[in-house]
Amino acid sequence: MSSETPAPLLRIASLTKRFGGFIALDNVSVEIPPGERFGLIGPNGSGKTTLINCISGAFRTEPGTVLFRDEDITALQPHLRTRRGIARSFQIPRPFRSMTVAENLMVALDFAAHEHVSVAKRRDTMMSILTQMGLASKANVSATQLSQVELRKMELARAMATHPKLLISDEAMAGLSSSEVDEVLDLLMSLASHDITIIMIEHIMQAVMRFSDRVMCLDAGRIIAIGTPSEVMANQRVQEAYLGT
Amino acid sequence: MKRNGIAFWIGAALFLAAALLMTKVVSNQYPFFAGYVILQFIALAVAWSILGGYAGYVNFGTSAFFGVGVYSSVFLVKAFGAPLPVQILTAAAIGALMGFALGLLTLRMQGIFFSIATIALTIIIETAVTNWRYVGGAAGIQIQRPPVSALFDNYVQMLFFVQAVLVVLAVAISRYIQNSWIGRGLQALKDDELAAECSGVPTLRLKLLACVISGALLCAVGAPSAMYLQFANPESAFNLNYSVSTLAMSLIGGTAHWSGPIIGAILLGTTQQLLTVTISSEVNVLVLGVMLVLFVVGAPEGIIGLIRRIFRNRNEGRES
Amino acid sequence: MDLLLDAVVIGVLLGCFYGAVSLGLSVSFGLLDVPHVAHPAFLVLASYFVYFLNEHYAIDPLVAGLLITPLFFAFGLVAYRIYYETFEKRGSDAGVRGIAFFFGVAFIIEVLIIMQFGVDQRSVTADYVGKALRLGDLRIPYRLLVAFGVAAVLTILLTLYLSRTFMGRAIRAVAQDQEALRLMGTNPIRIKQWAFGIATAVLGVAGALLIIVAPVEPTLDRAYIGRTFCVVVMAGLGSMSGTLVAAIILGVAESIVLTMFGASWAPAISFAMLLGVLAVRPQGLFGRRS
Ligand SMILES: Nc1ncnc2c1ncn2[C@@H]1O[C@H](COP(=O)(O)OP(=O)(O)OP(=O)(O)O)[C@@H](O)[C@H]1O
Ligand SMILES: [Mg+2]
Repeated sequence: MSSETPAPLLRIASLTKRFGGFIALDNVSVEIPPGERFGLIGPNGSGKTTLINCISGAFRTEPGTVLFRDEDITALQPHLRTRRGIARSFQIPRPFRSMTVAENLMVALDFAAHEHVSVAKRRDTMMSILTQMGLASKANVSATQLSQVELRKMELARAMATHPKLLISDEAMAGLSSSEVDEVLDLLMSLASHDITIIMIEHIMQAVMRFSDRVMCLDAGRIIAIGTPSEVMANQRVQEAYLGT
Repeated sequence: MKRNGIAFWIGAALFLAAALLMTKVVSNQYPFFAGYVILQFIALAVAWSILGGYAGYVNFGTSAFFGVGVYSSVFLVKAFGAPLPVQILTAAAIGALMGFALGLLTLRMQGIFFSIATIALTIIIETAVTNWRYVGGAAGIQIQRPPVSALFDNYVQMLFFVQAVLVVLAVAISRYIQNSWIGRGLQALKDDELAAECSGVPTLRLKLLACVISGALLCAVGAPSAMYLQFANPESAFNLNYSVSTLAMSLIGGTAHWSGPIIGAILLGTTQQLLTVTISSEVNVLVLGVMLVLFVVGAPEGIIGLIRRIFRNRNEGRES
Repeated sequence: MDLLLDAVVIGVLLGCFYGAVSLGLSVSFGLLDVPHVAHPAFLVLASYFVYFLNEHYAIDPLVAGLLITPLFFAFGLVAYRIYYETFEKRGSDAGVRGIAFFFGVAFIIEVLIIMQFGVDQRSVTADYVGKALRLGDLRIPYRLLVAFGVAAVLTILLTLYLSRTFMGRAIRAVAQDQEALRLMGTNPIRIKQWAFGIATAVLGVAGALLIIVAPVEPTLDRAYIGRTFCVVVMAGLGSMSGTLVAAIILGVAESIVLTMFGASWAPAISFAMLLGVLAVRPQGLFGRRS
């Protein structure tokens, strides 16, 4: 190993996930260095969401390991992974429906906090996250009354409230208008930093191209290409997978 | 926040003082007999909604906890002649253990499967007690009340006051939970377990905690019942009516706030007491069924929900 | 040894009977996901209708059971409509409130029966009630044989209905993929309502069996919550042949425990098995849900 490559933040080794006889992920291995903006693409049903379910702990994986900051987290429950610094949004938003936007974030701040901070401090953090996300005016609105784009932003805000080192966004732009897509994309770009690594799942290719340092393409549970955005786009198998053969 | 807390404790103290005063000035025994039952249902409903309301795990095992409370008293009295406080504390400890066991066994089940499992547990425990000769088996057992302590003139009056104390205890715990991080976590997992987990909420541990606290309280509330009735048999101690009444009271009152179950229990409990006296105990069950259906269909958030909706409408009216 | 053989034979017959009373639930809960805890209450209600017809018009219980089938079909249609309008349509936590709703309904039915017929046990009169068939040492009550025969026929008919007819296949389809059906231009709600009607109609005959096998009382439904849900969950939700197999397992288990430990342990058997199954598989033994 050359000394320039930093130790990977996330290391997935030969991960396989079966549903009954169906293989949703087939021997997937990948490493993601800290600070990377990682794009994950693939046709419908190729296993993208399944992969992040395995990373965030929603699914148990039988063979395969997930290492996060050199710690084996394969057997950890989801909330422990969240506390280690893995946060995610959901493809179909899952807000806490009986709560306001502010309370949604407070759940994450209350439970995922790494150290004990005062309630006042947590409220400040919450407001600053909401402001950053452009949701400050919605703080006291019920989560059920948000528009689609606001819901997506709230999911990202709630994820950010857990102080993640790795943020996974599952199709946060699906179904949005093109100006809204740009809005969310700018947001994600602004969140990415040396301390926050982002995995972005997206079908909108322009967004993926603009966002990603590196792109991986899944098809039927296997990695068919990984590399710079332009390399992956030019890849024959990726094009076939997307055109459908 | 703080001022609310003070108001609450003053209210609780006033309530207990009133209950105590009542035992001093009211000489007719009926109010204490009826009042005991209503207080018992308030405590049950409040205790139930810690798991059933806040966490949304609909427990049909109230009868199981209640019955175990009754029978732990029966056993303690028969074996050791234990005094009432010991009975209640032991019942609470057993209830906590039972809640823990129930939780480990069933909290991974979803929705209706959890509910059915808790019914199952009730019948299994009832059957076991039915076959336990020492505490009287299916036929039941008579229980002698010891002489009453100096503070009260009469045993039922004392039980009435004890139950009032249990109500305050249950409400205080429920209120504390609602306002603390535990309540927020339970609310989150009620809304969406996976989203809660992914926000760092230790869902299984919180559910277990709720199950343990709820179970301890339910059992403790059942414990004095043996002394109250001076008799216990499995069929009535484990009667499914306790489960459904408690559930109905909580749902009718509304589970979003700690005061909901109290409102529901007072409403339904009082109605039932009046009906039992004036008409019959069958009508009583009928009213229970009808009220449950009506509220579940017409006012899913209960009375608390109705009140909130009225307030919200009024506020919105003012804003626009 | 003989005792054990006896127990097994009786258990198999009893099991078939349990199968028959669980078939409806296997459709309503197993296929349609309705938390129908009032199923046993409807079952007992059917028994009382049969009792009434038998007592006042001397109609054979089985015929009476057939006679009330249309009525129960209508009950089913109405019940599902109410359930759908108030819960499924609104979406959120139908399970929680749905189960409370059906418990309320069950209590109402119990009380109505008590107010009409009192709390005493009721039974029917027919040639086959009270007599027994002797096979060597084996003594098999005719009422169990009748229940066995009818149960078998009922299961076969329902299985054929679900697999061979258009409506039956639609019901199975709706359980698997509601959207697909909608795309084909069929209204899934209509089909579910029909299925619920069928599930309740079957209770007419099942109720007749219930009162043929043993006398009934108004709160008998509580014991049958355990038996019916045990059978359906153990069978794997929505499988008719599985229902019969599971019911026979339950029947034999109950019968053996009854012989060896006495009747006072019997109520716990079904619930213990149910709890066991759920503890191993939190979503039911062969749960369809992921
Ligand atoms: N809980 C589950 N049980 C059974 N099969 C599942 C489950 N979750 C996903 N699958 C299957 O696994 C495959 C991969 O699904 P996944 O959701 O990961 O796809 P995806 O790449 O996220 O697709 P999309 O772009 O549509 O979101 C699909 O065929 C899906 O049907
Ligand atoms: Mg996906």
